[in-house]
Amino acid sequence: MISGAAPKSASVVPAIRMDGIDKSFGAIRANRGASVEVMPGEIHALVGENGAGKSTLMRILGGLMKPDSGHVEVNGRDVTGWSTNEAIAAGIGIVHQHFMLVPTLSVAENLVLGAEPKTRGIVLDYKHAADDVRKLSNETGLVIAPERLISDLSVGEAQRVEILKVLFRGARILVLDEPTAVLSPPEVRELWTVLRRLRDKGDTIVLITHRLDEVVEISNTITVMRAGQTVARVKTSATTPAEIARLMVGREVSLSAGKRVQPSGRPTGPPDKGLEARSLIVMGSRGIRVIDGVSFTVRPGEIFGIAGVEGNGQTELIEALAGLRPVFAGEILIDGADITRRSVAQRHDAGLSHIPEDRQRRGLILEYTVANNLILGVQKHFSSRGIIDSTRVMENAMQEISSFDIRPPNPVLTARSLSGGNQQKVVVAREMGREFSVLLASQPTRGVDVGAIEFIHQQLLDARAQGKAILLVSAELNEVLALSDRVAVMYRGKFAVVMPAAEASEEVLGEYMIGTKKGNTA
Amino acid sequence: MSASPLVEAKGVQPTFTAAPWRERAEEALIPPLVALLVALICGDLLILSYGQSPAAVYRMLLEGTWGNAYGFGQVLYKATTLAFTGLAVSFGLRAGLFNIGAESQLAAGGFAAALTGLVLPGGTPLALALLVCMIAAGFAGGVVGSVPAYLKTRFGAHEVIVTIMLNFIVLALLNWFIAGHLHVPETLHTPEIHAGVLPRLADIDSRFHGSAANLALIVAVLVAIAVWFYLFRARGGYELRAVGLQPQTAEYGGISVNRVWMRALTFSGVIAGMGGINYVLGYKHYYEDGFASGAGFLGIAVALVGRNHPFGVIIAAFFFATLSQGGLAIHAFVPKQMMDVLQGVVIIAVATAVPEVRRILRGARGRSDA
Repeated sequence: MISGAAPKSASVVPAIRMDGIDKSFGAIRANRGASVEVMPGEIHALVGENGAGKSTLMRILGGLMKPDSGHVEVNGRDVTGWSTNEAIAAGIGIVHQHFMLVPTLSVAENLVLGAEPKTRGIVLDYKHAADDVRKLSNETGLVIAPERLISDLSVGEAQRVEILKVLFRGARILVLDEPTAVLSPPEVRELWTVLRRLRDKGDTIVLITHRLDEVVEISNTITVMRAGQTVARVKTSATTPAEIARLMVGREVSLSAGKRVQPSGRPTGPPDKGLEARSLIVMGSRGIRVIDGVSFTVRPGEIFGIAGVEGNGQTELIEALAGLRPVFAGEILIDGADITRRSVAQRHDAGLSHIPEDRQRRGLILEYTVANNLILGVQKHFSSRGIIDSTRVMENAMQEISSFDIRPPNPVLTARSLSGGNQQKVVVAREMGREFSVLLASQPTRGVDVGAIEFIHQQLLDARAQGKAILLVSAELNEVLALSDRVAVMYRGKFAVVMPAAEASEEVLGEYMIGTKKGNTA
Repeated sequence: MSASPLVEAKGVQPTFTAAPWRERAEEALIPPLVALLVALICGDLLILSYGQSPAAVYRMLLEGTWGNAYGFGQVLYKATTLAFTGLAVSFGLRAGLFNIGAESQLAAGGFAAALTGLVLPGGTPLALALLVCMIAAGFAGGVVGSVPAYLKTRFGAHEVIVTIMLNFIVLALLNWFIAGHLHVPETLHTPEIHAGVLPRLADIDSRFHGSAANLALIVAVLVAIAVWFYLFRARGGYELRAVGLQPQTAEYGGISVNRVWMRALTFSGVIAGMGGINYVLGYKHYYEDGFASGAGFLGIAVALVGRNHPFGVIIAAFFFATLSQGGLAIHAFVPKQMMDVLQGVVIIAVATAVPEVRRILRGARGRSDA
């Protein structure tokens, strides 16, 4: 499992050495004496909870920020406080979590952006560019056709382009910020192959992540950060996921994901309650059926999990159920009542709650305070005669903040100023803190740290115990398997298979996910 | 909702910290002040280029505006119309919509107020006449505003294009009405209204004698308070601002984006239309073609400089009115068009300074999303 990582002799100069890094933003100390040391030719995992200071540290490395104090050395040269251009020139390449590509341009055009090859003065030589891209593509195993448009690419392919882009600029030290957050299992495996190949070629790779299984699978060494400080630097072969989790969180955690946590054979509620979809058809933007005749029921006291590679219709299914996307044909019922043509607000009133997959674009108004975000969708229950009752809004915020442990515990901060995990807690608190009978939970733990994942999972299990019907969509196969009573795999707008979770495994579902196996949709 | 037994870290008591209001005040105030400073420097250079002393010209400007009751009254009068149009534009902007049509909405409002004043019998009590005229003015502005609102929500037509084009249509229609049907011979205005004449400030304090300032000023302030209350205290305002900030999130929250847009553009028109009373009921007592030309467009600048906050808009209206009146006061030494240049500089400086100063303030204060 672990390859490479030959013991380095003391004479080898570290590719990256950051020491005693302090960085404050006003009252928030993102880094306090953080340090990290990465040897050339290794895959180094930088792990820690959300807000532990990982990204800040890497931004300092990339020249996007200057440290308040401390030293940064790259290949033995003191580069403290350098600029982004100097960092790029020195071969540092950062692949950001959010892609920075021009969707209307081709792969090759994106790669040469800013350094376009020209013939006869002003005419751009795209053929030459495409050849360069193809060559680099073959060398690295990042296979992608140079002439394809970015807007046509899947998330995994777009990420390949991002990695190619930094390599194209001559990067030899790659920093990848949460690269797998948006990838399906097969795409993750491909990424690992590419990273191993780059490492074997002599490149240095830093992986920012908080997924422990990845850390164990791919890295040679690990730096663990907590609350802005470096708490450990360990060899991957000499540690365990439980140990890393304990270091990250500072206490024992149960790694509930991956373990079955629900009792089997529990009775579920009556079949006419909960959520039901009948032969649902939803059209996509290009006039094709993105949901093509899907039927299912989610009973009270049941978690129905939908797995699948992203882009197979899960997003559209949830949007159609939530009332955000028109239904072409079919019916949606909540507790037996047909809500197919009802508005979002009417569905709320019918007992539908929805944790959206993208908290920043859908789930939160980033400029609103936490307190105001906590009443979104239920604002009419917090107002009388059209006036918002700010006392009750605040009381509600105080209560949700303490029961969902939202930090910092200040209801008048804007949602934007919270970390990703705490933003997600605000959404979960709002959607689960009110009266509901059916919950749509879409990627409920995406980009959330271990402690918060555990917490959100427990909330979902508690809700099930209280007889709520829960539809769970997740790109995390182990999350679907751990929480669901029944699982379905979505493939090209249809359910490839529906089976009890007890009979499912990652291997079995994986085949349905990539379409090599098709089964009954009972 | 019971917390997970596995997560013992709760019991953190929620706290309020006072910090955000200071940050917000800094972010609200610093950009306009920086812009003002830039404008002053540009003004200095312009004045110097005319061979005049900046200090002397600025002193004259202040004396001609705030330095005497008449000048101050004129500033207040001009500020009143600008406050209405500024509030109208900012109301639309809060919902994410750019209303360029305040110009024609204001004219339509003034026209409707004049018609109503003509129709009402002479002895109508002022309070009643004012109310009816204001409703008529607001209604007319609202009708003009509802056209782009309907076209946008029904067909997706962009409100900027529609409001700009509608300006031409509405102003031409009004011109046709006046020139063809309603004018007093040899003029381009209607006869004087019978009811709804607002007392001038000069009627209360004789030092304002000759200035056009009138009680519409108080109406403007009341409208600003009402807008503030709606935006920041009412559920409708919560929803309107949500739509303006993140329409997709608003939609997810069960808010009908189209309904909010319809409401926001229509009411933007209502507010602009009500501004018509300042000239018609308060000053000339008739509708005259082109009575406030430019005030609708300047309202965009007022909204921008006032940072889309109702009280900021009032301050900005006062500021722009000062520049405009000040131009007249210094005309003997430098051309009054210099003030138009300065207005332009302020607008450009604010448009530049807002995001830029924000970025710097944020950078200094910092935001961790590590």
